[in-house]
Amino acid sequence: MKTFGGPALFLDRSDINTDEIIPAKYLTENSKQALKPFILEDLKLPHFKSDIKNARVIVTRGNFGCGSSREHAVWVFEVNDINVVIAESFARIFRQNMFNCGMLAIELTREEIDLIFALVNDVTISVDLDKKRLTVWGKEEIYFDFTLNSFDRDLVIAGGWLAYADKNY
Amino acid sequence: MGKTITEKIFASHLRDKPSAENVVLDIDVVMCHEITTPIAINDLVERGMDRVFDRTKIKAVIDHVTPSKDSKTATQAKILRDWARRHEIVDFFDIGSNGVCHALFPEKGFIRPGYTVIMGDSHTCTHGAFGAFAAGIGTTDLEVGILKGVCSFRMPQTMKIEIIGLLPDGVFAKDVILYIIKELTVNGATDKVMEFCGPVVEQMSMEARMTLCNMAIEAGATCGVCMPDRVTAEYLWPFISDDYVSIDAVVEDFSKWHSDSDADYAAELVFDVSSLVPQVTYGYKPDEVKDVMAMEGTPVDQVYMGSCTNGRIEDLRVAAAVLKGKKLADSVRGILSPATPKIFSQANEEGLIRIFMDAGFCVTNPTCGACLGMSNGVLASGEVCASTTNRNFNGRMGKGGMVHLMSPASAAATAVEGVITDPRKMI
Repeated sequence: MKTFGGPALFLDRSDINTDEIIPAKYLTENSKQALKPFILEDLKLPHFKSDIKNARVIVTRGNFGCGSSREHAVWVFEVNDINVVIAESFARIFRQNMFNCGMLAIELTREEIDLIFALVNDVTISVDLDKKRLTVWGKEEIYFDFTLNSFDRDLVIAGGWLAYADKNY
Repeated sequence: MGKTITEKIFASHLRDKPSAENVVLDIDVVMCHEITTPIAINDLVERGMDRVFDRTKIKAVIDHVTPSKDSKTATQAKILRDWARRHEIVDFFDIGSNGVCHALFPEKGFIRPGYTVIMGDSHTCTHGAFGAFAAGIGTTDLEVGILKGVCSFRMPQTMKIEIIGLLPDGVFAKDVILYIIKELTVNGATDKVMEFCGPVVEQMSMEARMTLCNMAIEAGATCGVCMPDRVTAEYLWPFISDDYVSIDAVVEDFSKWHSDSDADYAAELVFDVSSLVPQVTYGYKPDEVKDVMAMEGTPVDQVYMGSCTNGRIEDLRVAAAVLKGKKLADSVRGILSPATPKIFSQANEEGLIRIFMDAGFCVTNPTCGACLGMSNGVLASGEVCASTTNRNFNGRMGKGGMVHLMSPASAAATAVEGVITDPRKMI
């Protein structure tokens, strides 16, 4: 199983698409590691300071990961040691790709996301998978309970869909 | 309670129910291209799992960058080609027979009503036009599909989209779907199937239905779907005529998949298209759509005709009708990429290629190429493209480039004038 939690990187916009996460021109790479430097290359956000090297968690708004089916958009986080994305909502394929790689796509309500955004900067988030609880350490400390269906949890524990499917089908 | 077409397909393909919300389905067709498959192949090889569940149910094509443009794309093509040969994949399409996957595979008769279809490509939703459940997936899902012939899904809800009225001249399926995406927004159909029905859909050709379903993903949908009917039966007849006594028998058989009248929907929407005008995107999201009149006069540098959305024969006919006897504006370069060799050949026989070339278009081989900014017409920073494709994300066709999505008729009219133009005055 992967490790989850650490310093948060805030992406303050909805509808961030897979082309912004990893542009199509890098889809010609045949290894995940080769993607590492190109993370969020085409994402244009005002006041966005890309402290990617230290980030372990992404916090963002609605419909994250929309657009193409490219799993490269998940791998580019994985090879940068970011195994958790917390958002108001996800595009379906991106969300499935996260769990398929044994990573966490956690949905919170808009109000809860607003509360986390209000804590910037220097926010650290820890994830308790058993209690399904996030602890957010910023100016203050806040807890959020999240939902995770049993199958998605099984994928995370198995380390992804390939391992799960090879065992079960 | 009755069932929707998607619920019927899910019930007939159910392999497992690993949680209350999730299902694992048996897959009828696993489609592969050279961008998302090679990394799956490499991973399977590394894990010692280089096997395929059924070499007749896997279809593979080199389409995104073809012919290869550099060493990296040549390597991707080679990985797919070697794998297809190694596993004796029956339906593999390489240079000379290759075309844009979502145009090529339907044309080969691979997609049938009631099928489950997956591909590592978000526009796989196109194939729902045949009354199938077809969904874009990532590479891990693709690996499992290749290896085991199964895929997991959350049980989607269905959004019924009834399209009524009479589609006016100069207004096409592309305009209808752009308008619907504008109304639903880019995540208005997330985790849902968009079920297109109503008299306008019933009168649409398979080509137009594919355009409609192709862009369902741009509203976040898992799949678009149309009821399989006589139009579907006639399209598929060359591939299934040995299995049925008549087209009537096919129509009767296909009807078993139709959504029941008492099926349960998450939402039921009705769109009257009688007064719809041509639609054009203005921003960097496919739901940023305006009436063409509001966009008229916007200068463009390039006009691109092709893709899995609008590179089919009907699209070429419509564009050629606008272009006939006219020239591209001096400020514009035009690129036509017919979506498959069959379409290219047919367009040639019908004299359409001549019309495009006389107008000043560059006619290229079938490929996805410029649509995703990989080859065959990438934009420079600051350039603007009028495009018949499906995505206008920032940088999609080239870093710093702007894409305006529109119908082939609007793109053709724009090519002639050099600025975004209402095609209705030229039809």
